[in-house]
Amino acid sequence: MTTKKHDTVLLAHGGGGRLSDTLIRKHILPRLNNDELAELGDSAKLDLDSKRICFTTDSYVVKPLFFHGGDIGKLAVCGTVNDLAVAGARPIALTLSLIIEEGLAFETLDKILSSIGDAAAQNRVRIVSGDTKTVEAGAADKIYINTAGVGVRLPGVELGCERIEPGDKIVISGTIGDHGMTIISQREGIEFESQLLSDCAGLSELTCELLENAGGIKFMRDPTRGGLAATLNEIAGAGRVSIEINETEIPVNPTVQAAADILGFDVLEAANEGKFVAVVSPDRADECVSICRKHPLGADAAVIGEVVEMRDVPTVEMITKIGGRRIVQLPYGRELPRIC
Amino acid sequence: MQIDKIREYQATIERACRKLGRQINVMEVCGTHTVAIFRSGIKSILPKGFKLLSGPGCPVCVTDQSYIDTVLRLADRDDCIIATYGDMIRVPGEGGSLETKQARADIKVVLSSEDALELARANPEKKVVFVAVGFETTTPATAVAVREAAEQGIENFFILSGHKLVVPAMRALLAAKNNNIDAFLCPGHVSVITGYGVFGEIVEDFGRPCVVGGFEAMQIMEALAEICTQLATGKPQLKSMYPAVVTEKGNTAALKIVSECFEPADGYWRGLGKIDKSTLKLKDKYSRFDAAKHFGIAETPGREQAGCRCGEVLCGLIEPPQCGLFAETCTPDDPVGACMVSSEGACAAWYKYGRKVQREQ
Repeated sequence: MTTKKHDTVLLAHGGGGRLSDTLIRKHILPRLNNDELAELGDSAKLDLDSKRICFTTDSYVVKPLFFHGGDIGKLAVCGTVNDLAVAGARPIALTLSLIIEEGLAFETLDKILSSIGDAAAQNRVRIVSGDTKTVEAGAADKIYINTAGVGVRLPGVELGCERIEPGDKIVISGTIGDHGMTIISQREGIEFESQLLSDCAGLSELTCELLENAGGIKFMRDPTRGGLAATLNEIAGAGRVSIEINETEIPVNPTVQAAADILGFDVLEAANEGKFVAVVSPDRADECVSICRKHPLGADAAVIGEVVEMRDVPTVEMITKIGGRRIVQLPYGRELPRIC
Repeated sequence: MQIDKIREYQATIERACRKLGRQINVMEVCGTHTVAIFRSGIKSILPKGFKLLSGPGCPVCVTDQSYIDTVLRLADRDDCIIATYGDMIRVPGEGGSLETKQARADIKVVLSSEDALELARANPEKKVVFVAVGFETTTPATAVAVREAAEQGIENFFILSGHKLVVPAMRALLAAKNNNIDAFLCPGHVSVITGYGVFGEIVEDFGRPCVVGGFEAMQIMEALAEICTQLATGKPQLKSMYPAVVTEKGNTAALKIVSECFEPADGYWRGLGKIDKSTLKLKDKYSRFDAAKHFGIAETPGREQAGCRCGEVLCGLIEPPQCGLFAETCTPDDPVGACMVSSEGACAAWYKYGRKVQREQ
């Protein structure tokens, strides 16, 4: 018996019956193209060549689903890959969980799944296990994705906030705010003369290259939600140090800056999805930057500041373009465009 | 070199401070200026004798408490959708804020009056109330939406006008006996619409320099240096240092549509009280879109939250850290007063960018 062809996802596609089977075999498996997944076992069995692993999870709920420079599928792969990458691990495998709102067009779902397949291949991770659920219309917004990832820690690499000390340099792998300002502008329907593009990308190739070839890297983090401002405050807080950055050294795409100015956002607080911040011992900072710059994802890498002694509380301070000083605070949780 | 220019402006300001031998207080009356000043660290490079006061320039901050409470009451009605700019949703008032009510009331954050009108089209069974706040910069957009609603016969679109005029507020500040304002850094955005000519009466009637400035750190410093030169020579003038975008007469098309839809009315401001002809209300021709009229809302002065000194902050009488609530019970995460809510409010900007620097001085 053949099943009727559907244009949109139905509740029954998550019901564990024939329609679920169609969803998995016709839509998911061909796009993820992976023998381990095709076994459809209850668990994936992995043989890792090290006991030192990193394990992480993240959920993705972006609106719009498709944005300039990426989509929710690419984001779901790259985001988890990056969480492993900045912890000093080489990503090995991901799980993929989809929560789909009834009524989502298969055309949309297929595009997202293809994007997941492409991003996994590019980042050399396998999607080894997964799950799909469907919820009734209105109970979710089109599609939510969760990925969990496991990676093997690079030999000899020990990253940790406790290693950070005054004098260390702060390195950023490229321009800031691209993802955040792309999403916000697209949400608000604002177009700019030159296209804003999300920086959504998997960083593991670059971070592995860097960690294997440059010494002196003490800590890394990807400045996603809350942007550089949040990440630097987290680093200062965890390391019990203060940080001083130089506005003139921070790479910002001019269109991103223009969008931030128009919408009243601080570009330091805008999200990134393909950047990392590294804290590096001062004698190795230049080497770190030059290795980054050889990689397309690190072409604009720069030393943007340094760790200084904490006075009373961990503080992030910025020396502005005009030579003034101001505090860089942990942003409030919600971004609101201003009135005029 | 940019930094050399900055040093030059700094030197001009320092010379003026020395020459006058007293503190110079310059007030900015635009929230975007307030944020730009903090973000660029300008306060940290000005001499001790020069003070920048953040005046009534942030639309959220100057909105009277009674207006906020009215919006919150309308949000409780089942037949209303509240369409508001994002900044407004966190202002606390009677029974919470729009943000805390968002889970059970129909509240939509919009980026323009046009989006609010679209909501009305899409929800004909509901009354869409647009929270129309802002200075001369946002009024034209509200006017366009009202005219469009009239032309297209959209019956379920209403605006609660909280629109305000900058110049009457500046006059009210200077008319107060205890004011300490030497000059105004005039708002660039407002001037694009009104033209810089509107500030001429301040120079003539009160003898205070009025200089329109742009929003780059360099442009702000240039305007401050110009103000200092005028103060030092004792020749107050009206001047635009933002000539690329600001003309004397402004945007006549925008002004025309505003005057077609709105007329000045006496109205309440947070901290400043009732100011003659300082707010805008819809003309009779468009009064069917007036939410105040439709829902029978009488304008009364609002009650400030206990202990909140936003009013004095807005008048430049105190700086935010002088308020007992500042950074204690009033923070951006849990604000008491409006000036801590909007990112453009003096208290929020001070909290965000200036706290530690201030402590070290």
